[in-house]
Amino acid sequence: MTVNMTKGQAISLQKSDGGTLTAVRMGLGWQAAPRRGLFGSRTREIDLDASAVLFADKQPVDVVFFRHLVSDDGSVRHTGDNLVGGVGQGGDDEAILVDLQRVPVHIDQIVFTVNSFTGQTFQEVQNAFCRLVDETNGQEMARYTLDGGGQYTAQIMAKVHRNGTGWTMTALGQPANGRTFQDLMPAILPHL
Amino acid sequence: MTVELVRGQNAPLPQTRLEIRVSAGKPIVAGATLSDAQGKVRGAEWIAHPGSPQLPGLEVSQQAAADHRLAVDLEALPDPVERVNVLLALPVGVGGPVRFGAVAAPFIAVTGLDGSEVASYTITDLDPESAVVALELYRRNGVWKVRAVGQGYAGGLAEMLADQGLGQSREIATQILDAVARGMARSVAAPPPRTAEGDRVRHTAATAGSAAGDHTAGAPQPPATAGPAPAQPPTTGGPGSSVPPEQSTADGINYAHPGRRPAAAAPPTPPPTAPPAQPGQPAQPVAGDATGWSMEERLYNQVWGMFEDLARTTAAYRSAVDFAESRMEQELDKVLSDPRSRIGGTGDAAREAARAKQTALVDQARAVLDRDLAQLKAEAEVVEPALPPAFAAWDNPVWQAYRVPMEIPMALRLGDLHLPESADVRIPLLMRLPMERGLWIDCGRSSSGSVTFHDSAELHRLAMDTAVAHAARLLAVYPAGDFSVHVIDAGGSAAGSLAPLLQAGVLAHPPGHGAAGVTEVLARLTKRVELVQMAIRGGATDALPPDLDTGEQLLIVHDFPHGFDDRAVTQLRYLADEGPAVGVHLMLVADREDASAYGPILDPLWRSLLRLTPVPDDHLADPWIGHAWTYQPALVPPGSSVLQQVLAQVAQARREWGR
Repeated sequence: MTVNMTKGQAISLQKSDGGTLTAVRMGLGWQAAPRRGLFGSRTREIDLDASAVLFADKQPVDVVFFRHLVSDDGSVRHTGDNLVGGVGQGGDDEAILVDLQRVPVHIDQIVFTVNSFTGQTFQEVQNAFCRLVDETNGQEMARYTLDGGGQYTAQIMAKVHRNGTGWTMTALGQPANGRTFQDLMPAILPHL
Repeated sequence: MTVELVRGQNAPLPQTRLEIRVSAGKPIVAGATLSDAQGKVRGAEWIAHPGSPQLPGLEVSQQAAADHRLAVDLEALPDPVERVNVLLALPVGVGGPVRFGAVAAPFIAVTGLDGSEVASYTITDLDPESAVVALELYRRNGVWKVRAVGQGYAGGLAEMLADQGLGQSREIATQILDAVARGMARSVAAPPPRTAEGDRVRHTAATAGSAAGDHTAGAPQPPATAGPAPAQPPTTGGPGSSVPPEQSTADGINYAHPGRRPAAAAPPTPPPTAPPAQPGQPAQPVAGDATGWSMEERLYNQVWGMFEDLARTTAAYRSAVDFAESRMEQELDKVLSDPRSRIGGTGDAAREAARAKQTALVDQARAVLDRDLAQLKAEAEVVEPALPPAFAAWDNPVWQAYRVPMEIPMALRLGDLHLPESADVRIPLLMRLPMERGLWIDCGRSSSGSVTFHDSAELHRLAMDTAVAHAARLLAVYPAGDFSVHVIDAGGSAAGSLAPLLQAGVLAHPPGHGAAGVTEVLARLTKRVELVQMAIRGGATDALPPDLDTGEQLLIVHDFPHGFDDRAVTQLRYLADEGPAVGVHLMLVADREDASAYGPILDPLWRSLLRLTPVPDDHLADPWIGHAWTYQPALVPPGSSVLQQVLAQVAQARREWGR
């Protein structure tokens, strides 16, 4: 059922029964850095951050990230910053919930990004993934594996954009560098 | 000695009478099957499930729930039984999750009857399964043991039962799930067991009992008071009905203290559930449709939920409108700077198109806003009548049936908030009790300048009326004797506004007039703050003088700083700083301009108080977006005698309490 997405692939967010999606979740998970020897507390924790930027006609209007957990209109919510990652069992360590029905009418694209706040490149992060889940029934619709992502500290994951009445998701998978979403803005704009 | 089992691990059982506790995030079905030495379930009579919850030596819950307690007496089981399989399943056909992957990992613990935990097991790694054998209790060489099984079945109960050697597994599984669905349908259909009405009636009965000096009164009698009949929870009789703890003793003696909440460990009554929405229609709002341990808390949370929703939906609308405007301006600029637009009608057409785009987007945003406002308005219409007095406006009929409460409410309504886009959706402004900061009723010129028709004297009078209305409300929602009001009216000009308090005789002391009165009242409250502080710091709260009033105190200062000298101002600042921690609060009725002679020394004082206005003013911001909300104070409707009626009862209760 799950689509393992490749770069540039677009999937329409229509349910299999023809209804459109009403709520999606962008989940991000990664494995915490292994503890090192004697001074275990000196382990370099890995802090990946998920962000969502809301665009109206190519202008950023609002952003949801670890310092602004809910978009002003309440339609996009971040579940909270995770600074260390999970134990690598496949659960989401950070998630962004989008209530597509409540997204303001002028917002036409939402771009999801992942940044390594602590600066490790994706080569150093184990079992990192990003996935899109239909929040109403928990079905995973798309999954993107980040490992082996090369010498990059950020990735522009995907965008969800309006198509007539419903929404479509396009996987972008564009590697980039940056500590927070602000650093990625120049890289995001060509994809709008 | 708890063993945390991993899958496949076993542990000996020290006792034969056990309790098995299950908790999962969502309602699930818990049951058990018995099997013989060959691992075979011999028939339907060897299955304990919600439709047939009791077997010899085994009892399971009668309905699906997020938490279960199963009772097992291994010695009382039928003889050929060698194994008890504890199973969990997801209810079918009730709109819940259909696979364990979508719920939190179920946790299961085996405990002795005294609650001591023997073994526990968290069932992880489930995904498409909808039924799981969680544990088995089995006899090996005459000794009972427990083993963590965690065997899931994607085919559900039917597949599980078939695996245990049951012939008619499909029929039995259907039967079990039907029983569960019936139980769930019943619990959804039941009206809220503790409505605000029921709550109030309970207080009424308790108050009536204590007012008559009859402290040995047993269960609250069905009150013969006026007002609509309490919505009695229909006890559906059959298994699975949830009877609220307070009302479970139909004829026996209720040992619950009338003024005390059940301990936090007691399960809260379930919240009212919104009926399922018609297709294409938003769900009908229901009062109390929020989380909380009591109806009061649910209503409080619901009001805050409405506040946030209104703030956010308005933010969405404003953002869309701003965007539409700026896009139109950009497009018009582009048309202006494009030389081609000067030829013929192309420029006009482009301008027209830009304006049409803007109008279309604004209309779209407005439609969404109107949809949301209609929903919030419908919600407000069901929530307002359900509010308890402390949350209700003065014109709410609940105040006509007012009785002195036995408990401090969660919060107090100070007024209403609304936004320019939504003048007809009013959100109650609720302040948590006990108060954390004092109030400042600003009788100065409104910051927005929108109210210019009130002259200064009129504004002063309105401000004092507002202060009295707030103070009366505070007196009314506290139990008798738990709240006292002191007044400083140096100029003696507030007698008219204070009349309701004076006539009812609910003030702790007569208002302080003149410089001497100011000194006297401030000294009294300062002494109290100092005594309580000393007692708390010294850990000697029992050494307080017996005549000390330990209730909360409110000091209304009319026309500050009139009649205050430097010493009095210092004392007032001391009360503002130290008072709230020991239950002494300020309510200043003042125009900041009048105190400008003191300079910035008073800035911390003003900042520490919540500023309210006697007339509608847009000075309050919400915590999410920071919109400017128009505040409208909670005032008694003109010509209404509700304030006098309420204060008369407060006065009577205070007299009886003081006896």
